[in-house]
Amino acid sequence: MSAKTAISSLVLAGAVSTALATLAVAGPLTKAEADAAIAAKKEKCFGVALKGQNDCAAGPGTTCQGTSTVDFQGNAWKFVQGGTCANIELPGGKHGSLKPV
Amino acid sequence: MQPDAHACYAAAFVPPLLDPGADVPAVVTGPNGKSAMKRYNVYRNNVTVSLIEALAAIYPAVQRLTGPDFFRAMARFHIRETTPASPLLFDYGRDFPAFIARYEHAQPLPWLPDVARIERAWLDAYHAADAAPLSATELAAIEPDRLASLVFTVHPATRVVRSPFAAVSIFAANRTGGSSDRIDASTPEDALITRPEFDVVVRQLPPGGAVFLTCLISGCMLAEAAAAAIEASQDFDLATNIAGLFEAGAFTSLTSGDAR
Repeated sequence: MSAKTAISSLVLAGAVSTALATLAVAGPLTKAEADAAIAAKKEKCFGVALKGQNDCAAGPGTTCQGTSTVDFQGNAWKFVQGGTCANIELPGGKHGSLKPV
Repeated sequence: MQPDAHACYAAAFVPPLLDPGADVPAVVTGPNGKSAMKRYNVYRNNVTVSLIEALAAIYPAVQRLTGPDFFRAMARFHIRETTPASPLLFDYGRDFPAFIARYEHAQPLPWLPDVARIERAWLDAYHAADAAPLSATELAAIEPDRLASLVFTVHPATRVVRSPFAAVSIFAANRTGGSSDRIDASTPEDALITRPEFDVVVRQLPPGGAVFLTCLISGCMLAEAAAAAIEASQDFDLATNIAGLFEAGAFTSLTSGDAR
């Protein structure tokens, strides 16, 4: 334990009692009410699990990202369109940008 | 095909999948011994595109921030460098945040790797073991002189992601649709990720909160964690942090140590 700062039992007891008071504001539920609330939320959606793509994605009009030998590094700035990063301000008043500086 | 023969065939078939410049494996031939480049390219494409789709599904906020074209190009570079270590797709992309951090063209977005770390923690929390969160009534039952030596067991879904940037605000504004106001990226923010029941919740930790919780996660006693948090931040408020962690469902049980 750090020698620099020691927390007294009194401070701890005060903080815990304040914390418990804060939590109690949410309204104590009976066991049955709590269980019902939990049961209502217990519908885990298995549909969002990631699936493999078994369909052939190499047909006409589809991407060819798996077979392209073109190097995207040199012209990555072309890919900015569509992003929301411009809404984010960086120190110095710069906005987030994917364009080469 | 015998198991050995299958392994042998796979060993020859797999390596050129992620290298479009490589020759088609000799074991793959078309009718009458003709070249099978087009046929093999179908596999090349499916492998790469399915892994890009997996990364897009795991990191939707990152994709929204960069736009899909940039994201897919960046993802493709990562995939060529890092092949899946597991057949479980949700486990893929664990190294993607670190890749973004060193990806040359993402350098103007220094907060992007931390947004990705929050998204990764979100998915890990989603797949973590189910457990009932610790009730505040159990804390209320502890005698005051035993509080200092309390040790908490952390919920399997609980994660902390610290950022020198406003990663939590950026994550929240981009994880789902909708527009956001301007965000000042230079404000440090720490994320708390929990899944008390079946919904993953991402919260922003108050000042000192990350140090406090990280200490508790590593097995510190309550008084030790509080001392560490106060040293890390003068604005640390113990009551707020205890209440917040119980509300978030960050713990599953507590152990009362000896009275001091």
